[in-house]
Amino acid sequence: MALDPTGKRIFKVVGTRPPRPDGIDKVTGRALYGADVSAPGMLVGRILRSPHPHATIVAIDTSAALALAGVKAVVTAADFAPQTDPTLRDIQDNCMARGTVLYDGHAVAAVAATTAAIARAALKLIKVTYAPLPHVTDVDAAMRADAPVVQAGRALESVPAGMPDNVTHRCEFGHGDLDAAFGGADLIVARSFTTAATHQGYIEPHACLASMTGDGKGDLWCCTQGQFNVRTICAALLGIEASQLRVTASEIGGGFGGKTNVFIEPVALALARKSGRPVKIVMARDEVFRATGPTVSSSIDVKIGMTKSGRITAAEADLRYSGGAFPCLTIEMGAQAAFAAYDLAAVRTIGWNVLTNRPKEAAYRAPGAPQAIYAVESVIDEACQKLGLDPLEVRLINAAKKGTKSSYGPTFDDIGLLATLNAAKAHPHYRAPLGPHQGRGLSAGFWFNFGGNTCVSLNVNTDGTVGVTEGNPDIGGSRAAISQMAAEELGIPYAQVRTMIADTASLGYNDVTDGSRVTFAVGLATIKAAQDATRKMCARAARIWGIDPEAVEWVDGAAVPAGPNAGKFPPLTLAEIAAVSFQTGGPIAGHHEFNADGAGVSFGVHLCDVEVDPETGATKVLRYTVFQDAGRAVHPAYVEGQMQGGAVQGIGWALNEEYIYGPDGRLQNAGFLDYRVPVASDLPMIEAVILEIPNPGHPYGVRGVGETPIVPPLAAVSNAVSRAIGVRMNRLPMSPPRVLAALGAKG
Amino acid sequence: MRYAKPETATDAARLLAAEPGVARVLAGGTDLLVQLKAGLVEPDLIVDIKHIAGLRDITPEAGGFRIGAAVSGAQLGEHAGVRALWPGVVEGVTLIGSTQVQGRATMAGNLCNGSPAADSVPALVAAGAVAQIAGPDGARDCPVLEIPLGPGRIALAKGEIIISILLPARPARSGDAYLRFTPRSEMDIGVASAAVALTLDDGGRVVAARVVLGAVAPTVRLVAPAAEALIGTRLEDGALAALAAACSAACSPIDDKRGTIAFRTEVAGVLARRAAVIAYHRAGGRK
Amino acid sequence: MKTIHVATTVNGDAVEFICAPEESLLDVLRNRLGLTGAKEGCGSGDCGACSITLDGRLVCSCLVLAAEAEGAEIGTIEGLAIGDALHPLQQAFIDHAALQCGICTPGILVAAKALLERNPDPTDTEIRYWLAGNLCRCTGYDKIIRAVQDAAKKMRAA
Repeated sequence: MALDPTGKRIFKVVGTRPPRPDGIDKVTGRALYGADVSAPGMLVGRILRSPHPHATIVAIDTSAALALAGVKAVVTAADFAPQTDPTLRDIQDNCMARGTVLYDGHAVAAVAATTAAIARAALKLIKVTYAPLPHVTDVDAAMRADAPVVQAGRALESVPAGMPDNVTHRCEFGHGDLDAAFGGADLIVARSFTTAATHQGYIEPHACLASMTGDGKGDLWCCTQGQFNVRTICAALLGIEASQLRVTASEIGGGFGGKTNVFIEPVALALARKSGRPVKIVMARDEVFRATGPTVSSSIDVKIGMTKSGRITAAEADLRYSGGAFPCLTIEMGAQAAFAAYDLAAVRTIGWNVLTNRPKEAAYRAPGAPQAIYAVESVIDEACQKLGLDPLEVRLINAAKKGTKSSYGPTFDDIGLLATLNAAKAHPHYRAPLGPHQGRGLSAGFWFNFGGNTCVSLNVNTDGTVGVTEGNPDIGGSRAAISQMAAEELGIPYAQVRTMIADTASLGYNDVTDGSRVTFAVGLATIKAAQDATRKMCARAARIWGIDPEAVEWVDGAAVPAGPNAGKFPPLTLAEIAAVSFQTGGPIAGHHEFNADGAGVSFGVHLCDVEVDPETGATKVLRYTVFQDAGRAVHPAYVEGQMQGGAVQGIGWALNEEYIYGPDGRLQNAGFLDYRVPVASDLPMIEAVILEIPNPGHPYGVRGVGETPIVPPLAAVSNAVSRAIGVRMNRLPMSPPRVLAALGAKG
Repeated sequence: MRYAKPETATDAARLLAAEPGVARVLAGGTDLLVQLKAGLVEPDLIVDIKHIAGLRDITPEAGGFRIGAAVSGAQLGEHAGVRALWPGVVEGVTLIGSTQVQGRATMAGNLCNGSPAADSVPALVAAGAVAQIAGPDGARDCPVLEIPLGPGRIALAKGEIIISILLPARPARSGDAYLRFTPRSEMDIGVASAAVALTLDDGGRVVAARVVLGAVAPTVRLVAPAAEALIGTRLEDGALAALAAACSAACSPIDDKRGTIAFRTEVAGVLARRAAVIAYHRAGGRK
Repeated sequence: MKTIHVATTVNGDAVEFICAPEESLLDVLRNRLGLTGAKEGCGSGDCGACSITLDGRLVCSCLVLAAEAEGAEIGTIEGLAIGDALHPLQQAFIDHAALQCGICTPGILVAAKALLERNPDPTDTEIRYWLAGNLCRCTGYDKIIRAVQDAAKKMRAA
């Protein structure tokens, strides 16, 4: 390992931009995604879904479907053994409704047939008798005493007595004396906000191919962010041992958190078991919107007190989230993230989860944080405007730093918020002049990042190449980053390392790819596995040289005597040691298994310029810059990619994306025509500025980066629009009719 | 479901007239296949008209152009002659969908799908386009304005198909334009749209005008009072304001997931005003 | 139900298949011909992941009936590289990190190739509007535009 004059490590591979190992397969169409494989004798599976947002299932008659030629199996909830664990029970009930349908699109039955046409015809022959029940889709309406009850008896102990049944959780965070602190403010701003549910919008619908043998062994190919999690859940739902189910993760066509759960996989396995043949299920696009996991919808009140010099004296928020028809704890993360960027003497967030007749929530990059931080950053911006203060200076005055007790409890170590704020302040974007009907918005943002259970195995091949086996599907280019870290630690060229993603039979447990954990935790495990391997290679060198293993160290890709007393031997490279490994004790491998902690939080600041057409309310994004602390950017191009991609998702969330429910409780826009994700012509270039404030919890300083970028855009865009039109916007998305109405109301 | 590809319009008309079940015409397929996939229609017969002689041709006729019913948007957009003569019509057609959709979608198909928000229709009506229809009893002409009857309904009898649309000659000192409003820059169904065709005298005053709105009523709407507001003017602010007001007054839109009544009504006027200015400049007027 | 026999050309090779009348060309490419490069992202022409060329025109294969392929020339992602030589666009996408999950990449490459064949020197705006029908959820489009520009420059110089 080389050091610079200050003693800091000089990286040779980390920080460069080598080609990714899956690149050629993906640009040629060879890469295999969830729907790209078939098996001999394969059946097509299709799922029947409720058209009612809330109803009792009175009866299901599958006899006509079963009698149709070509239909080989039909399943309903009766084919799944009831679960005692509430989390598993909720997952199972979501995959196949038991007794009650809870949202438009809820699965009630499934068929497997020899062709897609027969499967479609079979669904029409299934007779379901429903008794519709009253429904509720709005989070505030669902909290009222007279609201239709989505599920009864699901409240956790956190909920005070006497609250309506739909309220399932309450949490509270913060510290300090709020009343006194508000008393010390020169200005208090209190506002309420609502955000619509949005969807991750991955272009690849969920797809899987399941087979089960007569003796209960299962094989599942699916697009997923976590094959081990899929194995755990499917084994439980099917009533088999985890070791009897092998789950292989395909290449994944986007996940963003939405593919950390199961929806169709247990159903496909159940159909495969019942029919004795492999069953492929691919969701149609409308099923993805109706029946996978959108974000929570939210209703939020924020109150902030500020002195006229810009210091926030007190901050308070009440956040009401709905994660759909099943209990959801995302509110915990939202409530903790809300004020996390600031050093506050008095702060309190209270969070609620409320049930509604909507699909079961899944993570979408930084779950819960975008909504909360949207509201907080909007109020701070309004306070800045009212006091005539520069919004960036006010963030600098109040920014959390090392040693700050965060609003959610822990005290921060080294963090990058000040660095990102100062980078934004120094950037030409911040000073560029604005024209008529244009506005500039700024927002800070934050995500905790996570570590988690991780296993890595690193094998040294006799030809001097290295294979790294890890268990986390690659959703952003992580295989390249893992190879880079292995190459860096081993001191060999990147081209000699190949990283593969294992199936569940080939490696120990790995938590899902989420929490921005892969570069951090899998990277850390890879470094430790590499160190394990280098220790073993040093021992082999010692054996070859006839000296003590303690007298050998690993430097720049080779074993060398440690110090002049160890003896005079020329270095033995990895390739040389590998070539004779069979004669010195056998194949050489390093490995590491742990539950990683020490993940570093990642702060970001976004600047957004918009122009609003005052006659139509249409918003055009003119310029967008993302500043984010990556700790150490292992592969800068992929870090930029996360920043740009997350920013654009946030722009879509701010401007046009929303789940639209009618009074009948049905989703009205279950397709890409009316669920409006940004298209290429909607956007400017997204400039990405990477800051590096190393995370002390990782040998290279790596912080997760994937989730933070979706957090700041909501307020950055909203603050820009609000300033452009001179009216404070408090509802997302800011679709043109809403902006035009706001302009009209302004008069 | 059966698939047929007749080679003459007469054969196509006969097949459609004789079909006892549900029959659909297939030109570009960019509406039909979406409806098939969504289960909105289950045809017994699909008649592919792309192999009928002449239906893919754009032919000069009487100072204008006859555009075959199977001409794709991409093909139309590449035709310098039609673009120069009726740019508003071409703008309307080439706004439909994506580049991929343009590779297949046809003007006639867009008209016959009967969507109130169809992008090709307002400018066709403003230009005074006429559809040529083949049927079991022979051929007839029908102004495009009279084809849409309501959402998803058109004035064609069983067995009739549009085989071409005639864009007439454009009078001297005339111009047209089409604008639509969508929340994104592309890929959306129009929330409101307006087409304006103007003819000027040699002093730059409007002597003839057609103002047509889309997506703000069950069918396309030709707004006579809006046209009248422009006659004799040089599109001064007062004339444009009267135009916009007349357009808003002519709207009877719905609230739906794409726009509210208030929004559509307001924006229709804004778009008509802006389209009028573009058409005026194309006609040689100076503002 | 009567199946239809179709003779067509895919990436320059003569190909025959049988299909049901209601099968789309995308269904046939993926399920009967084993060409899984074109993807179904929506089935309704809104995402472009199924993009191919049909007689030289960029189209969504989910909006074409397989029967319509009779006598036509179809170009898919599998036909971009010649042997092991990547097309400049494919190389540029790798070099510029213009893909993350890669699901939209085949459609975007087919679309970008069709653009550069018509317009070898497009502006960024022209690229963006041409690709408006190709949704990408991972990249925010920035690196895609850069990669297309870089490939266009290399192709103009060749």
